[in-house]
Amino acid sequence: MKSFFRPARRPDPAILREHRPAIRSLQRRGLLRQGISLGALALLTGCDAGDSDAIGAALQRFSRLNDRVQAWIFDPRKLAPTYPASMVLKPPRFNAYYDITEVKPVDGAGWRLELSGLIEDRAPWTATRLAALPQEEMVIRHICVEGWDYIGQWSGVPLGDFLRRIGADTRARYVNFQTADDYPSSIDMATALHPQTLLATRYAGEELPDPFGYPLRLRTSTKLGFKNPKWITAIEVTNHYSPGYWEKLGFNWFSGL
Amino acid sequence: MPTSRRRRLHPLPLRIMHWLNAVAMIVMILSGWGIYNDAVIIGGLHFGPLRLGSWAAESLLWHFAGMWFLAVNGLFYLGYGLLTGRFRERFLPITLADLRATLRDTLRLKLVHDDLTRYNAIQKILYIVVILAGIAQVVSGLAIWKPVQFSTLTWLLGEFQGARLVHFLGMAVIVGFLVVHVLLALLVPSTIRAMLTGGPRLPAPPPRPGAAP
Repeated sequence: MKSFFRPARRPDPAILREHRPAIRSLQRRGLLRQGISLGALALLTGCDAGDSDAIGAALQRFSRLNDRVQAWIFDPRKLAPTYPASMVLKPPRFNAYYDITEVKPVDGAGWRLELSGLIEDRAPWTATRLAALPQEEMVIRHICVEGWDYIGQWSGVPLGDFLRRIGADTRARYVNFQTADDYPSSIDMATALHPQTLLATRYAGEELPDPFGYPLRLRTSTKLGFKNPKWITAIEVTNHYSPGYWEKLGFNWFSGL
Repeated sequence: MPTSRRRRLHPLPLRIMHWLNAVAMIVMILSGWGIYNDAVIIGGLHFGPLRLGSWAAESLLWHFAGMWFLAVNGLFYLGYGLLTGRFRERFLPITLADLRATLRDTLRLKLVHDDLTRYNAIQKILYIVVILAGIAQVVSGLAIWKPVQFSTLTWLLGEFQGARLVHFLGMAVIVGFLVVHVLLALLVPSTIRAMLTGGPRLPAPPPRPGAAP
């Protein structure tokens, strides 16, 4: 949703992190101006997650606990609600850690999908070969960690089918993605095998537009938007955890819906 | 029964739960404001720097850690209130006559709370409302956190944005309660002392035998 107070373009989080002490002092001044007299309030607001390593570490431990709880809640057979095609937003809403004008389109003809890790057949795939596989379509809700949502119509190859076809070890813990926009991402195997997790190549019946991940992106109905990497260039099946772009900045890894 | 053996107005477990809840609730409200700012519900309403966590990632970490304290402590409180008979003893009955009298006194700014062991009708209603709002926050929070795993719950609350709105309104009710509650406690400081030390001993043993199964 639009707010007059929020810039159309999000600031680079690194800038926020570098200026945290200044931001914190601003917060304190803001508090005083508001005339908040409750000592407890002021005390609590004074300690941000990055304020002390101990608090930050404790919060991260809760985030790891929440990863485990979410994996336990996750039902591999539970399907997300689907919607009529009439509700689909065209074009979809763009979101990335940079502005839409900075999108660097990928050349579909020269594009290859590289495979690595616990996979028997690691030969790279072309877009033509992928398009020849059986396709699925789904109209699902996209939910962003920021709080907005929209309904989108995605089609492509179910990731589970693809993993089985290339002989991936589906008992491995993680499926990792590398992308053309330097946005590493990782998901759990249970989510990778969910029927509504697609290697998507089309949106609303048409070839995926450049800003939304052409030629290949992930679209899973059971995770927040930021867990759906676009412009995928490589897939790795592994038992080693590696955090994605936003997880490195403190967001929860599992982020299941 | 000798005086020293008689129950206090606020037994120790209740006091611990009260203060734990106070901290957890403030953590949830302030971190929630930080999360809200990224996709505002009411145009122009933005909490700005009044938040816990300097940006979304930190506010989310606080919120999803605080939720455990709020929910687990809240469950203990509900169990305690129901099993010991405290809810019935403190919050019931609510009579129309009492409500009318309290409203009249309140409008004349005649606020008395001499006997800490007895709540007037408005106090009773406010406590019940805030307990229900707390339950609504946990339920709507689950609907926002897990709209696929608990899709029926999310649908009942009006899909994802409906659940967000319920969660926002629940927060507003709790913040409204908090303002009144803290103001009145400051006006009658003996209530704060009672919540720290236990308060006066209750005049009689539990009113109903068998209230505490």
